[in-house]
Amino acid sequence: MGRATNMTEQTQSYLFLAVLLGVAVAFPLVMLGVARLWATVYSPAKPGPAKAAPYECGLESTGDAWVQLRSGYYLYAIVFLIFDVEALLLLPFAVAFTSLPVGAFVAILVFLLLLVEGLVWAWQKGVLEWN
Amino acid sequence: MNEGLRSELSKQGVFTTTLQELYNWGRSNSVWPLNFGLACCAIEMIAASMARFDISRFGSEVFRPSPRQADLMIVAGTVTKKMAPLVVRLYNQMPAPKYVIAMGACAISGGPFKQGYNVLKGIDRYLPVDVHIPGCPPRPEALLHALITLQEKMRGEPLAGPAPARHADPSAPGEYPVPAYGPYDLTPAKNDELWRPAPLPRGE
Ligand code: SF4
Repeated sequence: MGRATNMTEQTQSYLFLAVLLGVAVAFPLVMLGVARLWATVYSPAKPGPAKAAPYECGLESTGDAWVQLRSGYYLYAIVFLIFDVEALLLLPFAVAFTSLPVGAFVAILVFLLLLVEGLVWAWQKGVLEWN
Repeated sequence: MNEGLRSELSKQGVFTTTLQELYNWGRSNSVWPLNFGLACCAIEMIAASMARFDISRFGSEVFRPSPRQADLMIVAGTVTKKMAPLVVRLYNQMPAPKYVIAMGACAISGGPFKQGYNVLKGIDRYLPVDVHIPGCPPRPEALLHALITLQEKMRGEPLAGPAPARHADPSAPGEYPVPAYGPYDLTPAKNDELWRPAPLPRGE
């Protein structure tokens, strides 16, 4: 007996989820269905080439939307990362500089060295040259 | 339901309506204009949308930056011949039901530039204009008045029957021909189904 009431309580506590799900599915379906019905009865579809064309401020679109960017731009992303991340981490480092233990100081130096190494590599590769 | 029964019922506190009236009431109170202006008249349109004149009192503050979401095209300003194809194409790209307000002397006739070589003498040569607003520029109140006039027109539009609204009429065109901007002029110079020049009276 006790077990049975437990079961009904449990199913009831999950019942509202099922009801919510039903409403969530039915509501948009009813809306879309009514809109569809209205369109077929009262509003005949009139498609056309200009209406179906992409919107570009009234101009006719030219060319392809699938432009490709040069993959060589990854270098800019990397160099940007070097300067950006470095600046971000250097600020708290500078603030806490006087109270840092030796271990932390060395760790930061290693980190900086890694970044500078990357910079030297990029420099040698000629990335910083603008042409 | 006839009018007599209807007014009888409303005296008893029972409000009746039809599907058509409900639909027209709803859409006439949320006319979303397309967000574009062509010349000085657009400044008055902007003024109408701001706090002092507050077009949102009439449900039209939602200026849409894309024709796909717009119901109303306010042609606010001088339509140059170079711009006319773009305006017509924008109108074509709006979904029905759609309406046009020609705002200002330029949009309805070419205005001060009527004698010029480069100005279209009225957008009604290419588009079905619902409301014309005279003035150079019309005051924001005039635009509001045009909007209210348009709303009244929308409320009276039948959805079926012998003379239905433009968007409900299967035989009405969904697109209007976009003129081509050539080295000398627009071709065609007008849409013959929409606009015919007034006959010139010849001396007797
Ligand atoms: S009607 Fe007058 S104010 Fe309006 S765009 Fe033309 S010149 Fe400007």
